[in-house]
Amino acid sequence: MAETHSLQDLRQQAAIASKVFVQRDYTSGTICKFQTKFPSELETRIDKQQFEETVQTLNNLYAEAEKLGGKSYLEGCLACLTAYTIFLCMETHYEKVLKKIAKYIQEQNEKVFAPLGLLLTDPIERGLRVVEITIYEDRSIGSR
Amino acid sequence: MHLGVDEPVRECQYSQVCTRNSSPMETPHKKKIHTRKWRVFPGRNKFYCDGRIMMAKQTGVFYLTMVLIMVTSGLFFAFDCPFLASNLTPAIPAVGGVLFFFVMGMLLRASFSDPGVLPRATPDEAADLERQIDATNGPSGPGYRPPPRTREVVINGQTVKLKYCFTCKIFRPPRASHCSLCDNCVDRFDHHCPWVGNCVGRRNYRFFYLFILSLSFLTVFIFAFVITHVILRSNRTGFLSALKDSPASVLEVVVCFFSVWSIVGLSGFHTYLISSNQTTNEDIKGSWSSKRGKNNSNPYSYGNIFTNCCAALCGPLPPSLIDRRGFIQPDTPQPVCQSNGTSIYTPTRLYAPMCDQHQCIQSTKFVLQAAATPLLLHSEPIVLPSGRPLAGKSSLAGPCASLAPGHPSLTSLPSSVPSLTCAGELLALRDGDPHCRHHHFASPDETPSPPSPPHAMPSSAPCPAHGHHHHQHIHPAQLYNPASQDSLHEDSVRGLVKLSSV
Repeated sequence: MAETHSLQDLRQQAAIASKVFVQRDYTSGTICKFQTKFPSELETRIDKQQFEETVQTLNNLYAEAEKLGGKSYLEGCLACLTAYTIFLCMETHYEKVLKKIAKYIQEQNEKVFAPLGLLLTDPIERGLRVVEITIYEDRSIGSR
Repeated sequence: MHLGVDEPVRECQYSQVCTRNSSPMETPHKKKIHTRKWRVFPGRNKFYCDGRIMMAKQTGVFYLTMVLIMVTSGLFFAFDCPFLASNLTPAIPAVGGVLFFFVMGMLLRASFSDPGVLPRATPDEAADLERQIDATNGPSGPGYRPPPRTREVVINGQTVKLKYCFTCKIFRPPRASHCSLCDNCVDRFDHHCPWVGNCVGRRNYRFFYLFILSLSFLTVFIFAFVITHVILRSNRTGFLSALKDSPASVLEVVVCFFSVWSIVGLSGFHTYLISSNQTTNEDIKGSWSSKRGKNNSNPYSYGNIFTNCCAALCGPLPPSLIDRRGFIQPDTPQPVCQSNGTSIYTPTRLYAPMCDQHQCIQSTKFVLQAAATPLLLHSEPIVLPSGRPLAGKSSLAGPCASLAPGHPSLTSLPSSVPSLTCAGELLALRDGDPHCRHHHFASPDETPSPPSPPHAMPSSAPCPAHGHHHHQHIHPAQLYNPASQDSLHEDSVRGLVKLSSV
């Protein structure tokens, strides 16, 4: 890579060319899952493989957050018994995973997307409706 | 985003959105840095404790619920418990106390939580969706109304239609619905409960269910022990003097007697809904009933009752998506404040860029304008009949209870307190959402006749049921005044309508 942009540089210097929205995939029901279909606007910017991998990882993380299992039932029962006051002290499992997701997105932005002039917005900031990918104007020389 | 569960409302500072002038137009650079997002929330909700507490706009019935529960329980503890504790066992007031606190805790949690409101689309998202829809539907000439915006998705072998919400500018996820009273799309929308003063959706359904379940136990408990108390006293001193000695018992028995039927019935109904993983909405519409088709089944059900119950009650609790207490970032796109329709409709410029708190003022202006036009004569029919009288005000859950099991008629809605229903309906008339109109005018062909009340349940189901796809873009003005679609008249109508609902 001829040039690497840091996230701050990107936001300050670059102009937003367009935004791509990756919509939710409801074929598995109401769980949070995003479509892995590769948007055509990103074809010149990023690998299809890379994109799909990122979205798939996100989907897996959300599935982990919403998973029904012994652990979540235990948490639910305990919460009910304490009249939900227990959440004043500790975070719910979902919130813990959301933090994990935020960290993952930040990592991906720094390592993968920012160098390509892209920025991934955490879906939680868009109400878990879309994964917003901001495409910045390509002012650099020598980038693909 | 944590809610103080048993945080007493009294201790908090009340600052409602309506009383503050929080239009984003004024001093943007200074104020926005310290403005919390709840102040510019586009829905029709009230916020307390600096955004920690979120309720619907009409909360009168909620206070009634609180008063009924507290007064009845208070009388029980004051008048019946001393006798019962000394003559039977002190466990009675102890169990009663635990039940009472559990009931109040669940009620407050159900009322104060965010039910699962879906935030409105940012302008970029909305534009992107519009582009996609236009691409699918093809270009529309002037005066041509495009077909309803829907997307079909196959979930577990069932075809589910996702409808586009014109107010929130999103395609609603499956099981989400737009509440016209709160003017929000709510995830896994069950119903709007005026007794709880909030919508019941994904995030507070379990609290609502535990509330009505524990309230049934409490009501039965109080009823049983008050009767025991009176009987025991009567054995000693005779019936009439027993009643004289504890007059409160009579009141308690009356309240409990009427409540038991409605609340226990409602609990039973919701137990059924939980075990089959349906929402009240879906049950009323019969979305997954086998009567619709041979292969029709609920795609969301886990197959067995136990898993369905566990999932509904003990499953992971998703966090609030609306971030009430976050601060507005200057560079963050904010969803549009006004809730009128898209560019297809005559934009009501007077409404933009207002938030809800200005509409009262505008409504007054419109009324004055309307008074100058003969439209006022036509606007009488807008005041819709109040339908069923508010039956059983003394009972703890009248309208909710009207949804007895096996009563799929659209007219029996758990959330329709008639006066509120009228308000909700009238309020909904004002916005440019064809879906809202579609719901509210079940038979738009019959022009000025008031529609039957499937309105507080703002799903789009009556639309396919009635098959009036070509009618969904009728202005409310058209139905009541066939004369014109003049935007001033339209706004006047809306203003009058709004004012009459205030």
